[in-house]
Amino acid sequence: MLKQMEGSLAVAQAVALCRPEVICAYPITPQTHIVEGLGEMVKDGELTNCEFINVESEFAALSVAIGASAAGARSYTATASQGILFMAEAVYNAAGLGLPIVMTIGNRAIGAPINIWNDHSDSMALRDAGWIQLFAETNQEAADLHIQAFRLAEELSCPVMVCVDGFILTHAYDRVDIPDQAQVDAYLPPFEPVQVLDCKDPVSIGAMVGPEAFFEVRYLQHHKQDRALDRIPQLAAEFKAQFGRDSGGLIRSYRCDDAETIVVALGSLVGTVKDAVDEARAAGSQIGVVSICSFRPFPLKQVRAALQSAKRVVVLEKCLAVGIGGIVSDGVRKSLSGIQLKGYTVIAGLGGRPITKRSLLDLFASAARDELQELNFLDLNWDVVHRELERGRQQRRAGPTAENILRDVGVTGARVA
Amino acid sequence: MFQVRIHGRGGQGVVTAAEMLSIAAFDEGRYAQAFPSFGSERMGAPVMAFCRIDAKEIRTREPVMQPDALIIQDPTLLHQVDLFSGLPSSGYIIINSSRSFDELGIGELLGKFAADHLCAVAASELAMKFVGRPLPNAALLGGFAAISGQLRFDSVAKAISQKFPGKVGAANVAAARAAYELALSSIGSPVAHA
Repeated sequence: MLKQMEGSLAVAQAVALCRPEVICAYPITPQTHIVEGLGEMVKDGELTNCEFINVESEFAALSVAIGASAAGARSYTATASQGILFMAEAVYNAAGLGLPIVMTIGNRAIGAPINIWNDHSDSMALRDAGWIQLFAETNQEAADLHIQAFRLAEELSCPVMVCVDGFILTHAYDRVDIPDQAQVDAYLPPFEPVQVLDCKDPVSIGAMVGPEAFFEVRYLQHHKQDRALDRIPQLAAEFKAQFGRDSGGLIRSYRCDDAETIVVALGSLVGTVKDAVDEARAAGSQIGVVSICSFRPFPLKQVRAALQSAKRVVVLEKCLAVGIGGIVSDGVRKSLSGIQLKGYTVIAGLGGRPITKRSLLDLFASAARDELQELNFLDLNWDVVHRELERGRQQRRAGPTAENILRDVGVTGARVA
Repeated sequence: MFQVRIHGRGGQGVVTAAEMLSIAAFDEGRYAQAFPSFGSERMGAPVMAFCRIDAKEIRTREPVMQPDALIIQDPTLLHQVDLFSGLPSSGYIIINSSRSFDELGIGELLGKFAADHLCAVAASELAMKFVGRPLPNAALLGGFAAISGQLRFDSVAKAISQKFPGKVGAANVAAARAAYELALSSIGSPVAHA
């Protein structure tokens, strides 16, 4: 049913349709309305056969999900930002134990400096923990990916993060088609665990493993991700057959057929990029965009096939790997091994800095003239940066950087953009 | 595409107003996108929210920098925030005030705008009268529907009732209807009972 609703609530309703049995959450900032909505549904009796557990921290939230999943319950939680860092140890544990938990990340920046706004630093920090990571472009896709995520997670016995841009998607009211229960039931069978803590058939889960076996256990996590590369497009195709729309998959190309320049991006940014691509195309540029939905596993072959005919690739990233630059770029470069084309990394939108069509069009124009550096920072205010560097040169005790820069830029609450 | 930017202060229902606009547009079969700009989540701090309305899917996620209309929930922001930034001379402005634009000292500044694109309506007073609380957001949506012609009053009323079920919703709809009629008469339109 088509509804005009908040992204977080759309995700909550999609998760509820997946018949979760345990939902645990630490419901304070950084949290979204997702678990609040689910909590209400459990309390109102709208979501039955489900236990909602308020826990004392994000570490506890995922630890409870791990226990519940090991006991055979379909388990779900959501977090973001500092929250996912606080549960980092449990994030690795869930993957190492092969427990098919689904967790939403309402992507936000990581401090310091304290910042509640959107970028991809949080889920990117845990990208190699063994979880599958799927990025949503719209709120429709955010809702749909959760239905696919439970199916994928349980088939492979591997946890899945659905990454949804904080505020930009989670707090936006959009048109979302919420499927009905029968459709979801037809797509998502009941959870049949491959391992379960069962009093009648006791096993232990979580053995100490030495050098004789650790390597093999770890390799098998990688093997699951390889299998996911096959299953993700198949599940997206089945989803389309059942629900009638494209959601998920490994990557998607937009206007790339004759493109000389191809932009690579993840998440909600792709929408703004598509608008900019249309405008650049209308002005005669041969440009397209490839959106990566599955960031883990990283679809090297598919990215290579999508990019290999271009002259240049611009990777737009909402996360700065301090000391090297781009994270998505590393995967893209690896996918293009042996192919000679120009590659640019553009870091953008950190800590909620708006990414505007105007700036993207300027960026595309510079890219087409090959005037970009290998590493670029979209709409970074260099004057502010240089003044702070100068303060550091002037005196040893220059003071805290964030406070200095806040004083420098003045009251920003009064500014429109 | 029609873009609205709503300015107010934390606690005045700025974000809810944008959401209600999007629901009203959706109800008319159009695509709509509403989202907040969280400058700071404090009572009384300047807050902005946006709503885009279009006949086709809205893909952009950038903030609204060139709005077609401004809804100003708190006139004290005039001296604190660059409210009119990006508004073209064809734009619409509705402001919550019992005073005229001249009395607010911005008549000259807004001279380039068409007179029937500007409207001051005492939304807080209307809300006090009908709802019993000085929350101007719903009433201003009524005024917005009247001057912009973008939404039918019925759709706005339905969106308000959806957000605020029951008595509170009915009272807010009454405030919005009063503002709608005042705004229509202020721009010299006959009051069309929607």
